[in-house]
Amino acid sequence: MYSLKLKTAGLVVALGLGMVSCSTESKADAASVRPIKDRKKAPEFKLKDSDGKVVSLAEYKGKAVLLNFWATWCGPCKVEIPWFIEFEQKFKDKGFAVLGVAMDEEGWTVIKPYITEKKVNYRILAGDDSTAQLYGGVDSLPTTFLIDRNGMIAGVHVGLVSKSEYEKDILALLNATAGK
Amino acid sequence: MKKTFSLYLTLLLASNARAQAVNPLSVEPPQKIVIQRGKSVSFKIHAKIEPGYHVNSNKPNEDYLIPLRMTWQAEPLIVESVKYPAGHDEKYAFSEKPLSVLTGDFDILVTVKAPEGIEPQMHVMLGKLRYQACSDKACLIPKTIEVRVTVDLR
Repeated sequence: MYSLKLKTAGLVVALGLGMVSCSTESKADAASVRPIKDRKKAPEFKLKDSDGKVVSLAEYKGKAVLLNFWATWCGPCKVEIPWFIEFEQKFKDKGFAVLGVAMDEEGWTVIKPYITEKKVNYRILAGDDSTAQLYGGVDSLPTTFLIDRNGMIAGVHVGLVSKSEYEKDILALLNATAGK
Repeated sequence: MKKTFSLYLTLLLASNARAQAVNPLSVEPPQKIVIQRGKSVSFKIHAKIEPGYHVNSNKPNEDYLIPLRMTWQAEPLIVESVKYPAGHDEKYAFSEKPLSVLTGDFDILVTVKAPEGIEPQMHVMLGKLRYQACSDKACLIPKTIEVRVTVDLR
Protein backbone atom coordinates (compact mmCIF):
# COMPACT_ATOMS: atom_id res chain seq x y z
CA MET A 1 0.00 0.00 0.00
CA TYR A 2 2.74 2.43 1.06
CA SER A 3 4.80 1.40 -1.88
CA LEU A 4 1.87 2.03 -4.21
CA LYS A 5 1.33 5.48 -2.75
CA LEU A 6 4.99 6.33 -3.12
CA LYS A 7 4.97 5.11 -6.70
CA THR A 8 1.96 7.31 -7.28
CA ALA A 9 3.75 10.21 -5.66
CA GLY A 10 6.72 9.51 -7.90
CA LEU A 11 4.47 9.60 -10.91
CA VAL A 12 3.00 12.88 -9.76
CA VAL A 13 6.46 14.40 -9.39
CA ALA A 14 7.43 13.09 -12.78
CA LEU A 15 4.29 14.59 -14.27
CA GLY A 16 5.02 17.85 -12.54
CA LEU A 17 8.45 17.85 -14.06
CA GLY A 18 6.91 16.95 -17.37
CA MET A 19 5.04 20.26 -17.24
CA VAL A 20 8.37 22.00 -16.93
CA SER A 21 10.45 19.92 -19.21
CA CYS A 22 7.93 17.95 -21.30
CA SER A 23 9.07 14.73 -19.66
CA THR A 24 6.63 11.82 -19.53
CA GLU A 25 8.61 9.77 -17.03
CA SER A 26 6.13 7.31 -15.59
CA LYS A 27 8.07 5.45 -12.94
CA ALA A 28 10.19 8.18 -11.43
CA ASP A 29 10.73 6.59 -8.06
CA ALA A 30 12.20 3.46 -9.58
CA ALA A 31 15.24 5.73 -9.82
CA SER A 32 17.35 3.55 -11.98
CA VAL A 33 19.38 5.95 -14.01
CA ARG A 34 17.64 6.78 -17.27
CA PRO A 35 19.34 6.45 -20.64
CA ILE A 36 20.97 9.73 -21.70
CA LYS A 37 18.48 10.25 -24.54
CA ASP A 38 15.59 10.25 -22.04
CA ARG A 39 17.06 12.83 -19.68
CA LYS A 40 15.68 16.34 -19.35
CA LYS A 41 17.47 19.45 -18.20
CA ALA A 42 17.47 20.02 -14.45
CA PRO A 43 15.77 23.39 -13.78
CA GLU A 44 18.23 26.11 -12.84
CA PHE A 45 17.87 27.73 -9.40
CA LYS A 46 19.67 30.16 -7.13
CA LEU A 47 19.46 29.59 -3.38
CA LYS A 48 21.49 30.71 -0.38
CA ASP A 49 23.76 28.45 1.60
CA SER A 50 24.37 28.66 5.35
CA ASP A 51 26.98 31.43 4.84
CA GLY A 52 24.52 33.53 2.87
CA LYS A 53 26.29 32.83 -0.40
CA VAL A 54 24.06 32.48 -3.46
CA VAL A 55 24.54 29.08 -5.04
CA SER A 56 23.29 28.10 -8.48
CA LEU A 57 22.98 24.66 -9.98
CA ALA A 58 24.99 25.89 -12.98
CA GLU A 59 28.08 26.01 -10.73
CA TYR A 60 27.94 22.23 -10.57
CA LYS A 61 28.09 21.60 -14.30
CA GLY A 62 30.68 18.91 -14.91
CA LYS A 63 29.79 17.15 -11.67
CA ALA A 64 27.23 14.45 -10.94
CA VAL A 65 24.88 15.92 -8.33
CA LEU A 66 22.56 14.31 -5.82
CA LEU A 67 19.98 17.02 -5.17
CA ASN A 68 18.06 16.16 -2.01
CA PHE A 69 14.95 18.03 -0.87
CA TRP A 70 14.49 17.45 2.86
CA ALA A 71 13.39 19.10 6.11
CA THR A 72 14.30 18.84 9.78
CA TRP A 73 10.74 17.70 10.61
CA CYS A 74 10.96 14.81 8.14
CA GLY A 75 11.84 11.51 9.83
CA PRO A 76 12.58 9.54 6.64
CA CYS A 77 14.90 12.34 5.45
CA LYS A 78 17.00 11.96 8.58
CA VAL A 79 17.71 8.32 7.78
CA GLU A 80 19.31 9.31 4.48
CA ILE A 81 21.51 12.16 5.69
CA PRO A 82 24.31 9.95 7.12
CA TRP A 83 24.39 8.09 3.78
CA PHE A 84 24.75 11.36 1.90
CA ILE A 85 27.58 12.42 4.24
CA GLU A 86 29.31 9.17 3.37
CA PHE A 87 28.69 9.57 -0.38
CA GLU A 88 30.07 13.11 -0.33
CA GLN A 89 33.21 11.88 1.39
CA LYS A 90 33.60 8.82 -0.81
CA PHE A 91 32.88 10.29 -4.25
CA LYS A 92 33.71 14.01 -4.06
CA ASP A 93 37.09 13.48 -5.72
CA LYS A 94 35.42 11.66 -8.58
CA GLY A 95 33.34 14.63 -9.65
CA PHE A 96 30.35 14.13 -7.40
CA ALA A 97 28.53 16.46 -5.01
CA VAL A 98 25.53 16.31 -2.74
CA LEU A 99 23.32 19.38 -2.52
CA GLY A 100 20.69 19.45 0.22
CA VAL A 101 17.72 21.78 -0.12
CA ALA A 102 16.04 22.24 3.26
CA MET A 103 12.34 23.05 3.03
CA ASP A 104 11.83 24.19 6.62
CA GLU A 105 9.60 27.27 6.82
CA GLU A 106 11.61 28.58 9.79
CA GLY A 107 14.77 28.67 7.69
CA TRP A 108 18.26 28.72 9.13
CA THR A 109 17.14 28.98 12.77
CA VAL A 110 16.22 25.31 12.61
CA ILE A 111 18.44 24.15 9.74
CA LYS A 112 21.79 25.38 11.08
CA PRO A 113 21.66 23.67 14.49
CA TYR A 114 20.67 20.42 12.83
CA ILE A 115 23.40 20.36 10.18
CA THR A 116 25.96 21.39 12.78
CA GLU A 117 24.91 18.61 15.13
CA LYS A 118 24.94 16.01 12.36
CA LYS A 119 28.26 17.32 10.97
CA VAL A 120 26.83 17.54 7.47
CA ASN A 121 29.81 17.79 5.11
CA TYR A 122 27.92 18.78 1.97
CA ARG A 123 26.31 22.04 0.97
CA ILE A 124 22.90 22.81 2.38
CA LEU A 125 20.68 25.46 0.81
CA ALA A 126 17.52 27.02 2.21
CA GLY A 127 14.75 26.03 -0.18
CA ASP A 128 11.75 28.03 -1.29
CA ASP A 129 8.43 27.33 -2.94
CA SER A 130 9.49 28.49 -6.37
CA THR A 131 12.45 26.12 -6.46
CA ALA A 132 10.23 23.28 -5.27
CA GLN A 133 7.74 24.23 -7.98
CA LEU A 134 10.46 24.06 -10.63
CA TYR A 135 11.09 20.48 -9.54
CA GLY A 136 7.48 19.37 -9.83
CA GLY A 137 6.08 20.67 -6.55
CA VAL A 138 8.10 18.47 -4.16
CA ASP A 139 5.14 17.91 -1.88
CA SER A 140 6.62 14.74 -0.47
CA LEU A 141 9.95 14.55 1.35
CA PRO A 142 12.53 13.25 0.89
CA THR A 143 12.61 13.79 -2.86
CA THR A 144 15.99 13.30 -4.46
CA PHE A 145 17.08 14.04 -8.00
CA LEU A 146 20.15 12.53 -9.61
CA ILE A 147 21.68 14.99 -12.02
CA ASP A 148 24.39 14.02 -14.47
CA ARG A 149 27.53 15.99 -15.34
CA ASN A 150 25.69 17.75 -18.14
CA GLY A 151 23.01 19.09 -15.81
CA MET A 152 20.39 16.58 -16.95
CA ILE A 153 18.04 14.72 -14.60
CA ALA A 154 19.01 11.08 -14.70
CA GLY A 155 16.66 9.83 -11.99
CA VAL A 156 14.45 10.74 -9.06
CA HIS A 157 13.56 9.01 -5.81
CA VAL A 158 10.43 10.01 -3.91
CA GLY A 159 10.47 8.77 -0.34
CA LEU A 160 12.99 6.72 1.54
CA VAL A 161 14.88 4.18 -0.55
CA SER A 162 17.88 2.05 0.29
CA LYS A 163 21.43 3.27 0.58
CA SER A 164 22.55 0.63 -1.92
CA GLU A 165 20.08 1.92 -4.46
CA TYR A 166 21.54 5.42 -4.21
CA GLU A 167 25.06 4.09 -4.40
CA LYS A 168 24.22 2.07 -7.48
CA ASP A 169 22.78 5.17 -9.16
CA ILE A 170 25.74 7.36 -8.25
CA LEU A 171 28.18 4.80 -9.59
CA ALA A 172 26.16 4.46 -12.77
CA LEU A 173 26.35 8.24 -13.27
CA LEU A 174 30.05 8.45 -12.55
CA ASN A 175 31.00 5.38 -14.58
CA ALA A 176 28.87 6.38 -17.56
CA THR A 177 30.60 9.73 -17.70
CA ALA A 178 34.03 8.22 -17.18
CA GLY A 179 33.38 5.85 -20.06
CA LYS A 180 32.65 8.69 -22.49
CA MET B 1 -6.39 6.73 -30.27
CA LYS B 2 -5.66 3.96 -27.79
CA LYS B 3 -2.39 5.68 -26.91
CA THR B 4 -4.13 9.04 -26.37
CA PHE B 5 -6.76 7.45 -24.17
CA SER B 6 -4.11 5.64 -22.18
CA LEU B 7 -2.17 8.90 -21.65
CA TYR B 8 -5.38 10.68 -20.67
CA LEU B 9 -6.20 7.89 -18.20
CA THR B 10 -2.72 8.06 -16.73
CA LEU B 11 -2.97 11.83 -16.29
CA LEU B 12 -6.45 11.51 -14.77
CA LEU B 13 -5.34 8.82 -12.34
CA ALA B 14 -2.26 10.77 -11.42
CA SER B 15 -4.30 13.90 -10.87
CA ASN B 16 -6.75 12.00 -8.65
CA ALA B 17 -3.88 10.34 -6.85
CA ARG B 18 -2.32 13.73 -6.26
CA ALA B 19 -5.54 15.10 -4.80
CA GLN B 20 -5.61 12.14 -2.43
CA ALA B 21 -1.92 12.12 -1.65
CA VAL B 22 -1.57 15.84 -1.09
CA ASN B 23 -4.37 16.12 1.45
CA PRO B 24 -4.58 12.83 3.29
CA LEU B 25 -6.51 14.48 6.14
CA SER B 26 -10.11 15.61 5.72
CA VAL B 27 -12.26 17.29 8.36
CA GLU B 28 -15.96 17.50 8.98
CA PRO B 29 -17.09 20.34 11.24
CA PRO B 30 -20.64 20.54 12.62
CA GLN B 31 -23.14 22.30 10.31
CA LYS B 32 -24.19 24.75 13.00
CA ILE B 33 -23.99 25.13 16.76
CA VAL B 34 -26.34 27.03 19.03
CA ILE B 35 -25.06 28.89 22.11
CA GLN B 36 -27.03 30.77 24.73
CA ARG B 37 -25.35 33.94 25.95
CA GLY B 38 -23.42 33.32 29.16
CA LYS B 39 -23.15 29.55 28.43
CA SER B 40 -20.55 27.19 27.03
CA VAL B 41 -20.99 24.56 24.34
CA SER B 42 -18.69 21.75 23.18
CA PHE B 43 -18.59 20.42 19.65
CA LYS B 44 -16.49 17.93 17.72
CA ILE B 45 -14.42 18.42 14.62
CA HIS B 46 -14.31 15.01 13.01
CA ALA B 47 -11.17 14.17 11.06
CA LYS B 48 -10.23 11.27 8.83
CA ILE B 49 -6.80 10.21 7.63
CA GLU B 50 -6.35 8.14 4.52
CA PRO B 51 -5.03 4.61 4.97
CA GLY B 52 -1.25 4.43 4.67
CA TYR B 53 -0.73 7.82 6.32
CA HIS B 54 -0.47 9.00 9.91
CA VAL B 55 -0.37 12.47 11.43
CA ASN B 56 1.61 13.40 14.51
CA SER B 57 -0.52 13.68 17.63
CA ASN B 58 -0.64 16.94 19.59
CA LYS B 59 2.17 15.55 21.74
CA PRO B 60 4.60 13.77 19.43
CA ASN B 61 7.43 11.82 21.05
CA GLU B 62 10.16 13.69 19.21
CA ASP B 63 10.90 17.41 19.38
CA TYR B 64 11.50 17.72 15.66
CA LEU B 65 7.99 16.57 14.71
CA ILE B 66 5.23 19.06 13.99
CA PRO B 67 2.26 18.45 16.31
CA LEU B 68 -1.41 18.48 15.35
CA ARG B 69 -2.68 21.90 16.44
CA MET B 70 -5.93 23.76 16.04
CA THR B 71 -6.29 27.52 16.48
CA TRP B 72 -9.43 29.64 16.28
CA GLN B 73 -10.53 33.15 15.44
CA ALA B 74 -13.80 33.23 17.35
CA GLU B 75 -14.27 36.77 18.72
CA PRO B 76 -16.56 37.78 20.34
CA LEU B 77 -16.82 34.13 21.45
CA ILE B 78 -14.20 32.67 23.75
CA VAL B 79 -12.57 29.34 22.96
CA GLU B 80 -12.22 27.75 26.38
CA SER B 81 -10.45 24.56 25.35
CA VAL B 82 -9.32 22.41 22.43
CA LYS B 83 -8.95 18.76 23.38
CA TYR B 84 -6.98 16.52 21.08
CA PRO B 85 -7.23 12.74 20.94
CA ALA B 86 -4.38 10.83 22.56
CA GLY B 87 -1.96 9.45 20.00
CA HIS B 88 -1.00 5.80 19.85
CA ASP B 89 2.62 4.72 19.75
CA GLU B 90 3.74 3.29 16.47
CA LYS B 91 7.20 2.30 15.29
CA TYR B 92 8.29 3.19 11.77
CA ALA B 93 11.35 2.16 9.80
CA PHE B 94 12.64 5.75 9.89
CA SER B 95 12.28 6.27 13.66
CA GLU B 96 14.46 4.89 16.41
CA LYS B 97 11.63 4.95 18.92
CA PRO B 98 7.84 4.68 18.54
CA LEU B 99 6.11 7.91 17.53
CA SER B 100 2.85 9.20 18.96
CA VAL B 101 0.55 9.30 15.95
CA LEU B 102 -3.07 9.34 14.86
CA THR B 103 -4.48 7.16 12.11
CA GLY B 104 -7.96 6.53 10.77
CA ASP B 105 -10.79 8.63 12.28
CA PHE B 106 -10.53 10.93 15.27
CA ASP B 107 -12.30 13.88 16.89
CA ILE B 108 -11.06 17.17 18.27
CA LEU B 109 -13.29 18.50 21.02
CA VAL B 110 -13.72 22.27 21.11
CA THR B 111 -15.45 24.14 23.94
CA VAL B 112 -16.58 27.67 23.28
CA LYS B 113 -18.26 30.23 25.53
CA ALA B 114 -20.55 33.14 24.63
CA PRO B 115 -20.06 36.12 26.95
CA GLU B 116 -23.17 37.54 28.65
CA GLY B 117 -23.22 41.02 27.22
CA ILE B 118 -23.13 40.37 23.46
CA GLU B 119 -25.92 40.78 20.93
CA PRO B 120 -27.77 37.69 19.63
CA GLN B 121 -26.46 37.09 16.11
CA MET B 122 -25.23 34.54 13.59
CA HIS B 123 -21.48 34.21 13.75
CA VAL B 124 -18.79 32.23 11.94
CA MET B 125 -15.81 30.82 13.82
CA LEU B 126 -12.71 30.28 11.71
CA GLY B 127 -10.48 27.39 12.73
CA LYS B 128 -7.08 26.40 11.36
CA LEU B 129 -5.91 22.84 11.74
CA ARG B 130 -2.18 22.43 11.23
CA TYR B 131 -0.88 18.93 10.69
CA GLN B 132 2.05 16.93 9.44
CA ALA B 133 1.28 13.69 7.62
CA CYS B 134 3.72 10.94 6.75
CA SER B 135 3.69 7.42 5.40
CA ASP B 136 6.39 5.00 6.54
CA LYS B 137 8.65 6.24 3.73
CA ALA B 138 7.92 9.92 3.18
CA CYS B 139 6.44 13.00 4.79
CA LEU B 140 4.21 15.54 3.14
CA ILE B 141 4.86 19.25 3.52
CA PRO B 142 2.95 20.37 6.68
CA LYS B 143 -0.48 21.68 5.81
CA THR B 144 -3.20 23.85 7.31
CA ILE B 145 -6.88 23.14 6.78
CA GLU B 146 -9.40 25.92 7.33
CA VAL B 147 -12.60 25.03 9.14
CA ARG B 148 -15.67 27.25 9.45
CA VAL B 149 -18.34 26.70 12.06
CA THR B 150 -21.57 28.70 12.01
CA VAL B 151 -22.71 29.76 15.46
CA ASP B 152 -26.29 30.75 16.26
CA LEU B 153 -25.78 33.01 19.25
CA ARG B 154 -29.02 33.43 21.21
